[in-house]
Amino acid sequence: MIIFQNVTKTYNHNAVALDKVSFKIQPGEFASIVGRSGAGKSTVVKLLIAEEQPTKGQIFFGTYEMNKLKANEMPEFRRHIGVIFQEFRLLAKKTVFENVAFALEVAGRPEREIKEFVPQVLDMVALRDKMLNFPAELSGGEKQRVALARAMVNRPDVIIADEPTGNLDPFNTWEVIKLLLKINELGSTVILATHDKEIVNALGHRVVTLENGKVVKDEENGKFIIG
Amino acid sequence: MVTLSRIIKFGWQGFLRNGWLSVSTIIIMILAAAVFEGLILFNVAGQGAVSSIQEKIDISVYFKANVAEDTILNMKRSLENLSEVKNVEYVSREQALEIFKQRHAEEETITQTLAELDTNPLLASLNIKAKDPHEYAAIAGYLDNQNLKEMVEKVTYAQNQVVIDRLVGLIDTMRKGGITLTMFLAFVAVVVTFNTIRLAIFSASEQIGIMRLVGASNSFIRGPYVVEGVIYGVISALVSFFLIIPLVSFISPHLLSFIPEMDLMGYFTSHAIVLFIYQLLFCVILGIFSGIIATRRYLHI
Repeated sequence: MIIFQNVTKTYNHNAVALDKVSFKIQPGEFASIVGRSGAGKSTVVKLLIAEEQPTKGQIFFGTYEMNKLKANEMPEFRRHIGVIFQEFRLLAKKTVFENVAFALEVAGRPEREIKEFVPQVLDMVALRDKMLNFPAELSGGEKQRVALARAMVNRPDVIIADEPTGNLDPFNTWEVIKLLLKINELGSTVILATHDKEIVNALGHRVVTLENGKVVKDEENGKFIIG
Repeated sequence: MVTLSRIIKFGWQGFLRNGWLSVSTIIIMILAAAVFEGLILFNVAGQGAVSSIQEKIDISVYFKANVAEDTILNMKRSLENLSEVKNVEYVSREQALEIFKQRHAEEETITQTLAELDTNPLLASLNIKAKDPHEYAAIAGYLDNQNLKEMVEKVTYAQNQVVIDRLVGLIDTMRKGGITLTMFLAFVAVVVTFNTIRLAIFSASEQIGIMRLVGASNSFIRGPYVVEGVIYGVISALVSFFLIIPLVSFISPHLLSFIPEMDLMGYFTSHAIVLFIYQLLFCVILGIFSGIIATRRYLHI
């Protein structure tokens, strides 16, 4: 369970990115966080992955209280979440296989597991035949699928996707969304931050709408409506 | 164990895949190591030159012809007891004549003149060497007392004082200059290498951020860069060592004709292992520290 309790985030003492934001996300949920650019979506993501700390308020992530997370607990915490970004963020000097395996290697998982899991996950994202390629040799859609494979190989509790389709064509966009739905069906919580109206409306899942750093709407089976 | 083997694997992979970045870093490190090695050899050569000059400085005390040998030998013993004195060599009148004859064997006029003389015109002497060239003045002062004046014909220090002082000055300058140059060049080499490695890692700052987001611990991120630094160090030490061999064998004969006591090649071959270990340590430590310090900045993501 993820809980945001009156979370405020200000930058440089006066730029308010989030203003007393509260919401809960249940395990296994598929929640979209929507809003215009600058509404605060990326800040929510950064707080979720502990890239930033809240200025006020509390964030709970399962058993972790994010405000009290120590630097040495960070690696362990991050192994519970899988993150994908608009700009893919793959390790350029590693092959597709190695990028995905890296998430298991940092967690100290044995080689046997790595050899078994990585090809399975690459099968899921239909990239097994490209596992020896480097990211520079892949298309945008393929790169995002590698990022997805890396995010899910650890079987994390939560997948956080920050504008994952921002750099993709419509075909690849739907491929990625279908994969996120599949991951959700397998039991992981999925949090999707996006400003893509078409995707959100087609999903028919929960939608949390942010505007100027505040939650203005929070609906089950929500639609993307910004006045 | 698993983590360590992975760190080594990643370090090796990084080294291989960095391509030109690895090559250019190694070239810079080779230059730094060659400077380091060159400085060691320069100091050895400098020391050789200094001690060779030192060996040539001495004070000779010439005794009047009527002074008995025993008196001179007594004098020798009392000089040997002085803390400043390294050794005292006695040259009797006969020995002095022999040396003179040998030295001038080729010159007929001199040998003929000597043959015509009934008596030995040369004087017995004590050649005194000081432990430190600065102490010749003190020894000369000891010799310049009233009791000895009656026995002593002359002391060479007075004649050679200017030359000795200059040589002593030259030795001091060479020592100080050697140390300053060593420190300066070593500093330059370290700074250049360190910055090259830092730049190589700077290009990886984004990658470090990604690794953190995937849940890699600090040691898991830093480890491979340290391993890479060690690999750079070992290769650089090996290459620079083999590059310096032909250089030394080229310079050595020239140096030998200049300073006969200075056999640089001989020194190099007899100290090869120690020199290589120094170089290896220098390069590896440089690589490790550059890796640690350069990643420090990016580990707070």
